[in-house]
Amino acid sequence: MEVSFAITGKGYVILAADQNAARSIIKMKADEDKIKALGSHLLMAYSGEPGDTVQFAEYVERNLRLQQMRNNHPLRPQAAASWVRRSIADSLRSRSPYAVNILLGGYDMANKQAKLYWMDYLGTQVDVPFAAHGYGSYFALSLLDREVQKRLVISFPSFKVKVVDEGGVREVELDMTV
Amino acid sequence: MNAIASRFRASPYHEQGVEQDQNAQDSVLWGSQGGFGNLRAGAPPEFVVPNVPSPTAFLQLHTDDHADPNCRIKIAHGTTTLAFRFRGGIIVAVDSRATAGSYIASGTVKKVIEINKFLLGTMAGGAADCQYWETYLGIQCRLHELRNRERISVAAASKYLSNLVYSYKGMGLSMGTMICGWDKTGPALFYVDSDGTRLKGDVFSVGSGSTFAYGVLDQGYHWELSDEDAQELGRRSIYAAGHRDAFSGNTINLYHVRETGWEFIGNYDVTKMHYDGPGNIPGAPVGGYGYDARVSTV
Repeated sequence: MEVSFAITGKGYVILAADQNAARSIIKMKADEDKIKALGSHLLMAYSGEPGDTVQFAEYVERNLRLQQMRNNHPLRPQAAASWVRRSIADSLRSRSPYAVNILLGGYDMANKQAKLYWMDYLGTQVDVPFAAHGYGSYFALSLLDREVQKRLVISFPSFKVKVVDEGGVREVELDMTV
Repeated sequence: MNAIASRFRASPYHEQGVEQDQNAQDSVLWGSQGGFGNLRAGAPPEFVVPNVPSPTAFLQLHTDDHADPNCRIKIAHGTTTLAFRFRGGIIVAVDSRATAGSYIASGTVKKVIEINKFLLGTMAGGAADCQYWETYLGIQCRLHELRNRERISVAAASKYLSNLVYSYKGMGLSMGTMICGWDKTGPALFYVDSDGTRLKGDVFSVGSGSTFAYGVLDQGYHWELSDEDAQELGRRSIYAAGHRDAFSGNTINLYHVRETGWEFIGNYDVTKMHYDGPGNIPGAPVGGYGYDARVSTV
């Protein structure tokens, strides 16, 4: 019952993910952050199997940090997406694969372009203008407008929203009263 | 197996129809005998075998060997445990019932595991898994202390446990635990379970009775609770679960974690709470939690 969205615009990517941590019928937490900043211009929203999600996200975070330290340069969004996809694909063919779905959004400082990649736990990777994971995708992908909020059966009370653009990563307060 | 079981069944206790009363101990003993308070002094301890025609057939009902031969015994374990953070520290409250299907295997289980003077862990899911790995966590916390000359933070301890259980993911571990303690950052509370989830939070409840406990807990909880009111809220919440959930009950164990370490507050009989209440304790109401409320016609 998790959901995450992402949209690219002129010079920015915006990501949103629900903030619930639920065990069967019980909502154990309502302020969980499921979007990780992987660098100054890279964001990753993750969802999927409990346990796998955070473990995989931290694994990616630390490895991208290591690459940045080794090369004195961060990976560009395209390269980071390839690395993450490869990690998922390798793990899928291991004894205990990570079941994690990912939206990776970044601003490429080299060619001043915003990029968004949709990835699922099977290692599918696509470069898209907008994307979603979870039940919300059934609405978002066809409409991607205000109808998302009106029609969504499982309406989440709050969303964590983060933008990445030329200025880097920042958080946005979303007015849910509209 | 049948021969072994019948040997136990023929024990004088069962022939004479004498019921062993494991509850007949003084509540003062709680937390002071390392969980062995139910062993009778002097006489060698005996197994209590379920009072059914065929114990082996009965046990078969609770095993998973047809599904997975590697997991010969899977005793499901109903529970209610809760912990919450507030101004005065952390309140930890649990019930004491252990069930195997419809059978109440014990009513005097210690579900709060005292990891060290400043850390408590709670037990839900597999009793052995929780007990073993939280004791193991205690060893690692002590080693951390010796190596680094300072106490481990609750965040680090809980992460150690979550990484550990994550490495066993899919291999049959079953635990839902709350790691509670006081460190440099103040009171800290983490939920850790066997699928690798680790959540920082203020209010958690785990187990089959958690929904009932959450109901009472959420309506009574706020940060500025006094120590007495907080303890009463913990007690009242476990009572509510013990009352409504068939797999929780018997007694309540209450702990309070402060800056100076944890303190065992008391052991309370759920039935007694229903009729009489906890007695003359600050923060507690006069009279029972449930009985009068249901039968009085005022």
